[in-house]
Amino acid sequence: MSGPKGWTMQIPAPFDYERASDVANALTLLERHGPESRIIAGGHSLLPMMKLRLARPEWLIDINDLAELEFIRREGDQLRVGALTRHTALLESADVAELFPIIRDAEQVIADPVVRNRGTIGGSLCQADPAEDLSTVCDVLRAQAVIRGPDGERIVAMSDFHRGPYETAVAQNELLYEVRFTIRPRSGSAYEKVERRVGDWAVVAAGAAVGLSADGTVEETAIGLTAVGLDGTVPEAEAVLRGQQPREDLFVEAARIAAAACHPVDDQRGPVDYKRHLADELTRRVLRRACARAAGAKEG
Amino acid sequence: MTTVQEHAPNPAAGDPGRPIGFGRLQRKEDPRFVRGKGNYLDDIVLPGMLHGAILRAPVAHARLVSIDTTEALAHPKVLAVITGKDLQALNLAWAPTLSADVQAVLVTDKVRFQGQEVAFVVAEDRYAARDALELIDVEYDMLPPVIDARRALDPGAPVIRDDIEGRTDNRIFDWEIGDAAETEAVFAAADVVVAQEVVYPRVHPAPMETCGAVADFDPVDGRLTLYETTQAPHAHRTLYAIVAGIPEHKIRIASPDIGGGFGNKVGIYPGYVLAVVGSIVTGKPVKWVEDRSENLMSTSFARDYIMQGEIAATKDGKILAVRTSVLADHGAFNATAQPTKTPAGFFSIFTGSYDLKAAYCKVTGVYTNKAPGGVAYACSFRVTEAVYLVERMVDILARKLEMDPAELRLKNFIKPEQFPYANKTGWVYDSGNYEPAMRLSMKMAGYEDLRREQLEKRERGELMGIGVSFFTETVGAGPRKHFDIVGLGMADGAELRVHPTGKAVVRISVQSQGQGHETTFAQIVAEELGIPPESIDVVHGDTDQTPFGLGTYGSRSTPVSGGAVALVARKVRDKARFIAAAMLETRPEDLEWEKGRWFVKGDPSAGKTIAEIAFGAHGTVALPEGIDGNLDAEVTYDPPNLTFPFGAYICVVDVDAGTGHVKVRRFIAVDDCGTRINPMIIEGQVHGGLTDGVGMALMEIIAFDEEGNCLSGSFMDYLIPTAMEVPDWETGFTVTPSPHHPIGAKGIGESATVGSPPAIVNAIVDALMPYGVTHMDMPCTPARVWEAMQGRARPPV
Ligand SMILES: Cc1cc2nc3c(=O)[nH]c(=O)nc-3n(C[C@H](O)[C@H](O)[C@H](O)COP(=O)(O)OP(=O)(O)OC[C@H]3O[C@@H](n4cnc5c(N)ncnc54)[C@H](O)[C@@H]3O)c2cc1C
Repeated sequence: MSGPKGWTMQIPAPFDYERASDVANALTLLERHGPESRIIAGGHSLLPMMKLRLARPEWLIDINDLAELEFIRREGDQLRVGALTRHTALLESADVAELFPIIRDAEQVIADPVVRNRGTIGGSLCQADPAEDLSTVCDVLRAQAVIRGPDGERIVAMSDFHRGPYETAVAQNELLYEVRFTIRPRSGSAYEKVERRVGDWAVVAAGAAVGLSADGTVEETAIGLTAVGLDGTVPEAEAVLRGQQPREDLFVEAARIAAAACHPVDDQRGPVDYKRHLADELTRRVLRRACARAAGAKEG
Repeated sequence: MTTVQEHAPNPAAGDPGRPIGFGRLQRKEDPRFVRGKGNYLDDIVLPGMLHGAILRAPVAHARLVSIDTTEALAHPKVLAVITGKDLQALNLAWAPTLSADVQAVLVTDKVRFQGQEVAFVVAEDRYAARDALELIDVEYDMLPPVIDARRALDPGAPVIRDDIEGRTDNRIFDWEIGDAAETEAVFAAADVVVAQEVVYPRVHPAPMETCGAVADFDPVDGRLTLYETTQAPHAHRTLYAIVAGIPEHKIRIASPDIGGGFGNKVGIYPGYVLAVVGSIVTGKPVKWVEDRSENLMSTSFARDYIMQGEIAATKDGKILAVRTSVLADHGAFNATAQPTKTPAGFFSIFTGSYDLKAAYCKVTGVYTNKAPGGVAYACSFRVTEAVYLVERMVDILARKLEMDPAELRLKNFIKPEQFPYANKTGWVYDSGNYEPAMRLSMKMAGYEDLRREQLEKRERGELMGIGVSFFTETVGAGPRKHFDIVGLGMADGAELRVHPTGKAVVRISVQSQGQGHETTFAQIVAEELGIPPESIDVVHGDTDQTPFGLGTYGSRSTPVSGGAVALVARKVRDKARFIAAAMLETRPEDLEWEKGRWFVKGDPSAGKTIAEIAFGAHGTVALPEGIDGNLDAEVTYDPPNLTFPFGAYICVVDVDAGTGHVKVRRFIAVDDCGTRINPMIIEGQVHGGLTDGVGMALMEIIAFDEEGNCLSGSFMDYLIPTAMEVPDWETGFTVTPSPHHPIGAKGIGESATVGSPPAIVNAIVDALMPYGVTHMDMPCTPARVWEAMQGRARPPV
């Protein structure tokens, strides 16, 4: 995310505010106040946009009291994470570190401790900024989004959740309830980001996850890139690895394909060729690390 | 933090932790800051106070067609909307700058930079004021902008300053110094000549507290009280008197606690003037405080120098001459804050720390459609640019000669016996002893070991760089015969009163923005009078409370005001001698001074402490002829010369060859600022300056697109370093007192900002040697480093 070009104000336009008491109440409030009402979670994306008057909701529905949305639970072959779970909680969770090191990798480089104490996974996914690190992470882990609305609950795969920059499958009168990650044996994952300064949004970042079969060949893999205009993961690159023993030349080939598949733009963070180079370089790095982690992982 | 060479304990201090005089001492002002009890501009709330907000231009260059304020005025909480037309009626639409130019307070004819002030709303609260901005309807007629300074002098380039009669181009000035012919002759005969374009990009001081003012005009007695974020309250008062026609004795400028200045708060901004106009118009106090975006986009930037550097040497590494021509981008109005007679500030110190045969430079200043300002940002009036240029050029020469950059510097330093040293551009360096500082920094760094490690790493394809810089600063402007700002000589006053019980108050004309004046100046008095710093209050920042003087910037507080305070304390000490003599019924000549008391020669038990003398002065002692019944004094100090602090810096970086990411691994800073008053404050100033340097070297730039849109209008895009980007600073020092300063002190406020960027860039370029890189411009962001590695280093935009 970049600031606007030129001068803008840094105080929001007038708005109204209500605090939801539970999920049902939040949905009622969204319904009552209509299309110009917005959920506010950590506020670390929405408030800056409001201050710059890039967003002008008339109503804010605050969900910060909804403790029912703040959880990290291991259940069967799933890790279930409530939408209001803060970045810090993800960063500090032992389950997350053990099962999905990519989340920890990413959380270490998302913003700074102050932002991480408030910002949420739900807000990150719903904001859907092209530079949002957790979007890539969830894509790569092929997570599922649990969405609640007036008509009940629906479960959406990440590939259907993101509808382009700043757009998701969550309708105005719905809210994201939970994110589910499937636990796989012999799996490993990794994330790496290049930033101009600690706490800055990514110049480029890459994430990868692999699941190995008992003989060590790659059974399942996913590769994702942040801030380079890539939707979802890169199936052609993933195909290079599937069914193979992890090898440097395969990493190189997969990274080459991933770099070619993205669409970076030239901006203050760097020119197109540099970003494409980073996509390549970082993909190789995360594949190496994810495979090494998978090889060292528990049998499940 | 690591400090080599602890300061020797002060023998005069009873408690070694609390010196009476010079020594390590925690800052007296810190308790109020760390407890949130500071009083900053935005903390000021006056009864009935209104709030102002500025409508700013969305484009860089456009004719103003019309402004419709009807709707804004209809807002229930809005009391006034002021436009350029209204100011024209008051003859306040344009105000003089600090550089013999004028600047629009509000646009009357055309917009000259994005973010320029167009209208001012006064409302009951700050939200309403901002909401009303959106209700003002402005029509603009777009004009092609001049953004790239290199295009500013093209024939046919749009003329930005058509408000100035007879202006047909964008040239502000041409200025030269040094002997062109002599320099040319040396270059022509030299074995080796290297040339390089070196760009110092536009950066911003970005103080934590933005600029603001609270104006309170009393319509009954015509008195203006103006609280301002200013580094120079007295100079401002005089300027307001001249500009607004308010008699100077009816103006009080009060600068409360200031959350960082770095030169950003030297000039007078339209917002300050508008707060005053708002108060006059509404009859109520008006507060105006900038948003971050306004601060970054419209207030004093720094640098923006495109320098063509050349250096000549013999083949065995004797540097003979330096020559440069500079294109200086001053933005839309020439509003740089600097001594009026030096349009390029002190850039002529680009001869550095080296004994040269010849030097020459030419600077051309141009207008562009960018924010005005310049010089700001801890730069000692452009010594920053000068040091960066010469230290890059020396490194490029070292590469060409295949010499070690530290050795090349050691070979060319001005020798200790050459001081006072007259350089080729008119400066007389007061004192220096460069080699020991350089050697100390090399020892602290383990220079030889670092070079060995670098060789090993290079063999493994890892990129490690070691960068050296050696700088000579020129600070403490200055002797009034040479330096003035719009006619005001750059001297400073001090008043000292010792109360009957021996507690004292010293009033100074400079003003702290975080430098620790309340501690440092108390320590100077303590050193001279032998009373503890805790017993001395330092008053600053309020024109009603302090003597006249030009303020704090250019590292001038200690060199100028520090001199004033030492002298005023000595005046008190001399007076105390007469009073003590009367008290002891002896002659003044028979008394001897030891820290804190006068005693009878040969009879140490017969003596009077300063406190006793103060009580005597205010008491019933029969005073000698001509001695008033107090222990007070005042002086105005006109320094005989500037002071020339120096330092040797070494930086170690690691560059990720795959991503271009730079990590500053170590930084060794050896500073010599002459006599060290409070080593703790000195280290703090150095730490801050070094952090600044990392920011400029790695990430900071105020960038523009071709249309003149500012791309760095928030901290999302104008990056400043955090604790994560900086290493554990390793500081050391040598002490070479100034021969002409009353206590030998030289000033430290800007040394590290001046000296660190070249060390860091030199280290990065050194790391990239395997890629054949000989130069790259700041900021060394990962992308720009990678481009340099591809052989495509390019100037910043
Ligand atoms: C200085 C700074 C640096 C940052 N750096 C990074 C970075 O490097 N990488 C990165 O990925 N992020 C970064 N962020 C963003 C940070 O991660 C935010 O926390 C995150 O983007 C949004 O989370 P939030 O809870 O604050 O959402 P909010 O700002 O509260 O909301 C964001 C959007 O999501 C919607 N929303 C929130 N929760 C729900 C829900 N449960 N259901 C439906 N809609 C919902 C809101 O209506 C809004 O539209 C940065 C933020 C800041 C301020």
